[in-house]
Amino acid sequence: MIEISDTELALRAARLYYDDGKTQDEIGDILGITRWKAGRLLALARESGIVAISIVDSADDAEIRPISGITATDRSRAHGVTDSASLRAFLCGLAAVDAIGLEERAARLATRSIKNDSKRAALDTIIRLIDLTTLEGADTPGKVRSLVRKAILPDPADPTAPRVAAVCVYPDMVQHAVAALGSHKGDGVTGIGVASVATAFPSGRSTLEIKLADTRYAVAQGATEIDMVIDRGAFLSGDLDTVFNEIVAVHRACGRADGTRAHLKVIFETGELRTYDNIKRASWLAILAGADFIKTSTGKVQPAATLPTTVLMLEVVRDWFNLTGERIGVKPAGGIRQSKDAIRYLVAVAEVAGEEWIDPHLFRFGASSLLNDVLLQRQKMTTGHYSGPDYVTVD
Amino acid sequence: MSRLAIPKTYKLFIGGKFPRSESGRTTEVSSPTGSFIANVAKASRKDARDAVVAARAAWSGWAGASAYNRGQVLYRVAEMLEGRLDQFVAEIVESTGAKPADARAEVSAAIDCLVWHAGWTDKFAQVHGGANPVAGPFFNLSVPESTGVVALVAPSVAGSSLLGLVSSIAPALTTGNAVVVLASELAPCAAMTFAEVLATSDVPGGVVNILTGSVDEVAPWLASHADVNAIDLTGAGREIAVECERAAAETLMRVVRPGTFGPTESAFNRIAAFVEIKTVWHTKSLA
Amino acid sequence: MSFRDYAPAPESTAILNLRPSYALYIGGEWTDGRGGSMTTISPATEKSIAEISLADASDIDRAVAAARKSYDTVWSRMSGAERGKYLFRIARLIQERAREFAVAETLDNGKPIRETRDIDIPLVAAWFFHYAGWADKLDYAGLGPNPSALGVAGQIIPWNFPLLMLAWKVAPALAAGNTVVLKPAETTPLTALMFADICEQAGLPAGVVNIVPGLGGVAGQALVEHAGVNKIAFTGSTGVGRQIARTLAGSETRVTLELGGKGANIVFDDAAIDEAVEGIITGIFFNQGHVCCAGSRLLVQENIQDEVVEKLTRRLSTLRLGDPLDKNTDIGAVNSKEQLARITAITATGEAEGANRWTLDCELPSKGFWFRPTIFTNVTTSNTVARDEIFGPVLSVLSFRTPDEAIVKANNTPYGLSAGIWTQNASRMLRVADSLRAGVVWANTFNQFDPTSPFGGYKESGYGREGGRHGLAAYLANGGAR
Repeated sequence: MIEISDTELALRAARLYYDDGKTQDEIGDILGITRWKAGRLLALARESGIVAISIVDSADDAEIRPISGITATDRSRAHGVTDSASLRAFLCGLAAVDAIGLEERAARLATRSIKNDSKRAALDTIIRLIDLTTLEGADTPGKVRSLVRKAILPDPADPTAPRVAAVCVYPDMVQHAVAALGSHKGDGVTGIGVASVATAFPSGRSTLEIKLADTRYAVAQGATEIDMVIDRGAFLSGDLDTVFNEIVAVHRACGRADGTRAHLKVIFETGELRTYDNIKRASWLAILAGADFIKTSTGKVQPAATLPTTVLMLEVVRDWFNLTGERIGVKPAGGIRQSKDAIRYLVAVAEVAGEEWIDPHLFRFGASSLLNDVLLQRQKMTTGHYSGPDYVTVD
Repeated sequence: MSRLAIPKTYKLFIGGKFPRSESGRTTEVSSPTGSFIANVAKASRKDARDAVVAARAAWSGWAGASAYNRGQVLYRVAEMLEGRLDQFVAEIVESTGAKPADARAEVSAAIDCLVWHAGWTDKFAQVHGGANPVAGPFFNLSVPESTGVVALVAPSVAGSSLLGLVSSIAPALTTGNAVVVLASELAPCAAMTFAEVLATSDVPGGVVNILTGSVDEVAPWLASHADVNAIDLTGAGREIAVECERAAAETLMRVVRPGTFGPTESAFNRIAAFVEIKTVWHTKSLA
Repeated sequence: MSFRDYAPAPESTAILNLRPSYALYIGGEWTDGRGGSMTTISPATEKSIAEISLADASDIDRAVAAARKSYDTVWSRMSGAERGKYLFRIARLIQERAREFAVAETLDNGKPIRETRDIDIPLVAAWFFHYAGWADKLDYAGLGPNPSALGVAGQIIPWNFPLLMLAWKVAPALAAGNTVVLKPAETTPLTALMFADICEQAGLPAGVVNIVPGLGGVAGQALVEHAGVNKIAFTGSTGVGRQIARTLAGSETRVTLELGGKGANIVFDDAAIDEAVEGIITGIFFNQGHVCCAGSRLLVQENIQDEVVEKLTRRLSTLRLGDPLDKNTDIGAVNSKEQLARITAITATGEAEGANRWTLDCELPSKGFWFRPTIFTNVTTSNTVARDEIFGPVLSVLSFRTPDEAIVKANNTPYGLSAGIWTQNASRMLRVADSLRAGVVWANTFNQFDPTSPFGGYKESGYGREGGRHGLAAYLANGGAR
C-alpha cells in the first residue's frame, strides 16, 4: 500500500475543492476520509501555499485591456509607441529581412569549428543555459521530481557537471518542481529557476481572463519565470493591439505581492508566424510590451527553433541594446537535441549579440533530450572514448 | 525647254543633322565614265569626335526604347527605303555603272535586310539570353543588352554601295546600340542618301551617324576613342584593321575583325557581336 | 577564457601527398622545363612547399605541339559523348579528392580553408560536371548545327582562385572539343599540377591537357604569341589583358579576357540592413578581396550611411584573421609580398588624399603576408581608393542621395564587371539592374557563382563570358566577335 503524505492529500483536496467545485462532503467520499479531515486538509493547502488566492479587481482588468488602442509601456513610450497607429508604424518601419541572406549568415556561423578546451567549456556552458523541460499531457509529480533531480545533478557519475538554469513545466506541476528543488531553487544563476508555461499554452486560444489566471496561478505556485505564448491568430490577422496588450497584461500578472515579479518569456511560435519579417516584428513588439526574454517556440509546432530564426532574434536584442543599453534575453526552444547544434547557437550568440549574452539571465535553451547528448559528449571528452545512451540517465 | 537641275550637296550626318565637315574639306566624286557627280564632305577626326558625342547622347534613349519600338523604327526605315527605291537604283547606276537590274536587286536586298532585323529586335533577347538554373535559392537571368557606341567601317566592295552599309548598321541597331559609320569610300553618295532615309524614319537623331571621307584617316581615331565601346572593321583594309585593333586594345574595345562576317551578311552572330551579356542574381524566398 | 577565443582547429595537412618538385606536364609526360625553376611558398608562413620547374618558349612550343597532335589525332575525332564522359570522370575525381585539393589550395594561395573547402573546390567539380553534359549537345548551343572546336586553346589563369579558374577555362574548352595548354599563375601552380594527376587518373588522352607553369613574361607571352594557338583565354589584370589584345591584333587567334573590376555595392535605405552588411563583408573580404568582381566601392544611401558603417565595423570585429588552415579563419594571407606592397601603397595614397581610414584591430602573424581589413570613409569619387582596383581587403565607402545618383556613380568607372543592389523594392531593383553597366549584378546577395551562370565584364573588365551556354560559345567557331 502506498503511503500518501498529508501534503499530497491537501493538494488533491484543494484540486477537488477549488478546481472542480466539490463540497467537503464529496471530497471526503472521493478521498476516503471524513469531511472534517477534508476541511483540515484545505486549511493546510492554504497555509502551505499550495493554494494561493488572489483578488482580481475588475477595474484593474479594464485598464489592462482597453476597449481600443494599446496600453503603452515605459519602453514603448520611450520609442514613440503610444497607440495603435504608432505601434503599427514602428513595426512596419523596421528594416526588412532577406531570408536567403539570413540563412547564409546562419549557415556560415554553423561552420565554426569548436574543439578541445573550447568545446569542453562550451558543453558546460550549454548545461548552465538549459531550461530542462517536460511539457507532456502525461506529466506527473513523479516525472517532475525526476526531472528536477536531473536538473540538480545532471550526471550522477560526474559531479563536476554543472546544474541547468531552470526546469520548465506546466503550471500545475510548478508546485512539485518547487517542492523537489527545495533549497536549489533560484533565478537561474543563484539556483535553478522554475519556469512555467502559461496563457493557455501551447495554442494560446482562450480568453485573456483565463490566460491571466493561468499566469497568476503559476506565479503563486512559485514559478520564477513565465513562458507565455502570443496570440498568433491576432498577430496574423493584423490585430497587433491585442498581441501587445496581452503581453502587457501578462507582464503585470507576473507581479508578486512583495513587488518582485516572475521573469517573462514571450513565445512567438515562429513556426506559425512563418516569415522572418513577422518574427522580427513580433520580437520588437514583445520587447516594447515588456518581455524579459523572447522565445522562438513551444516545441509543439514544427519547425521549432532554427538557427536563422535565432540569429534574427539575436540581431533584434543586439539592436535594442545599442538603442537603450538594456539587454533582453533570447530562448530558442524545440528541436535542439545535439551538442553540435547547441554549440552553433552559442557561436551565434557570441558573434551576433555578444559574449555578454552567454549568461543564464540572457540566453536559454528550451530542451529536454539535449542535456543527455551534452553529457555523452562530456563523457567522451573526459574519458577519451565514445559513451553510450545507457551511461546517462533517462528523465 | 530644258531645265537646269539642282544638284544635291552631300554633307555629313551627325546627331540627326547634316553638317559640313568642320575641316571644310571635300572629295570630288565622279562616275565611272569620269563625269562629275558631287563634292562629298571629307570628315575629320573632329567630325568623328562629334559623331561619338552625338551617338553617346542618343544611345541611352535608343537602348531604353522597347524592343517593339525599335522593331517598328527599323521597319519604318525599310518602308522609307522602299519608297525611294528608284532613286537609289538611279544613284547606284550613275555612280558605279552597275546594271539597273543588279542595282535594284541590291537595294531590294537592303530593304529585306532591314525587315529581317526589324523582326529580330524583340526576339533576340529570348534566343540569346536565358534563365540559368543555378544551384541555390536564386532567380538568375542572363540578358543581352547593347554594347553602347559602336563604330562601323562599312565594307567597300563591288555591289555593296548600299547593302554593305545597311548590313553593317542594322545588326548594331537591332539591340539598341548607337553607331558611327564610316561610309565606303566607293559609295559615299548612296550612304548620304541613306542618311536622308534615316532622317525621315523615326530614327532618333544621333542613333546613326554617317561620315564620309578617308577610312584610313578616321578609323584609327574611332578605334582609339575611349568612349567607343566596339568597332566593326569589316570594311577596313588589312593594315588599317591591325592598327585599329591595336588601338582598340588600349580600352579593351570590342573588335570585329575583317572577314568575321561577309560584307553583306545578315547573321544572328553579327547581332550578337554587339551585345553584352548581363547576368542578374536575386534571392528567392518567402521571407 | 573568452568564448570567442576558439581553440585552434587546423585542418590536417596529412591528406596531402605532395612531391618535393614538379615538372611540366606536356603530352601526358612529366618533363623538366628549360626556364629554370622556382619555389612555391605558403604566403601564410613563407615556408616553401615545392620546387616548380618553369617553362620557356621552347617548352611552350612543345606543349602546343602536343596539344595540336592530340587535337588532330584523338580529341577532334572523338564523339562528344565520349569527351563528355572524360569530363564527368574528372568531376567525380575532384569530388573524391576534394579535401586534398582544398588543403593544397589553402597552403599555396593563403586563402581560408573554409573557402577552398566550401566554395572553390565544390565549384570546380560543378564546373566540370556542367560542361561534361554539354560535350554531346553542341548543336543546341545556339550557334547553328555542328559548331566546330577552335583547335588548341592557350589559357592563362590568375592566382586568386587557382583551381577554380583552371576549371572555368579547361572544362568548356574540352567540352567544345579543344585541347589546352594552361599556364597557372607564378605564385599558385600547385593545384594545377595536381590536376594533371586527375587527368591521368581519368585516363584522359595524352596531350589534351598540358600544364606549363612559368613566368608571365616568358611562358605566358610565348603562349600568347604562339602561331599554333587558336584561342587565348586570359583572366588577370587589365594591364596584361590590354597587352594580350595588342599582341593578338591582326592575328586569327580568338581571345576572351576576364579582367579587373571596381564593383559598386549599392545599398538603398529600404534594404534588409543586416543582410546587406553581410553582403558587403562577403563582397569585399571574401578571399582577402583578391576578387576581380569584389564589391570594393560601397555606395550607401546617405540617410543610412552612419547606421550601415556602424554595423559594418561592429560586424568586422568578429572576423578572424590568421592561419588559413584553421577552420575558423575568415581572413587569410595576402597571396604574395608584391601584392601586399601594392595594397599597402595604394591605401597609403588613399589616406594621403583625405579619406578616413578604419582598420580592424587584430594581431597579425609574425611570418607571412598579411593585411588588416580596412574601410575608408569620407571617400570622394576622385580618390585613388575609389577608382583603382586594389585587389585586397579594402573597402571604400561613398554615399548617394537618389537612385539616379547611385547609378551614375556606380557606372563612373572604366571597369564593368560586377555590381550589387540592396533593396526590398523589386521594381527599383530591376530598374537599377537594367541601368548598371556590369556583367554580373547581384541583388540582395553578392559573390555568388554557378557554372550555369555567365560571368564576365563590360568595358575594361574584358570581353567574353565564362559559364553556361555563353561560356561554351567562347570555344566554338562562330561563337563570338573574335
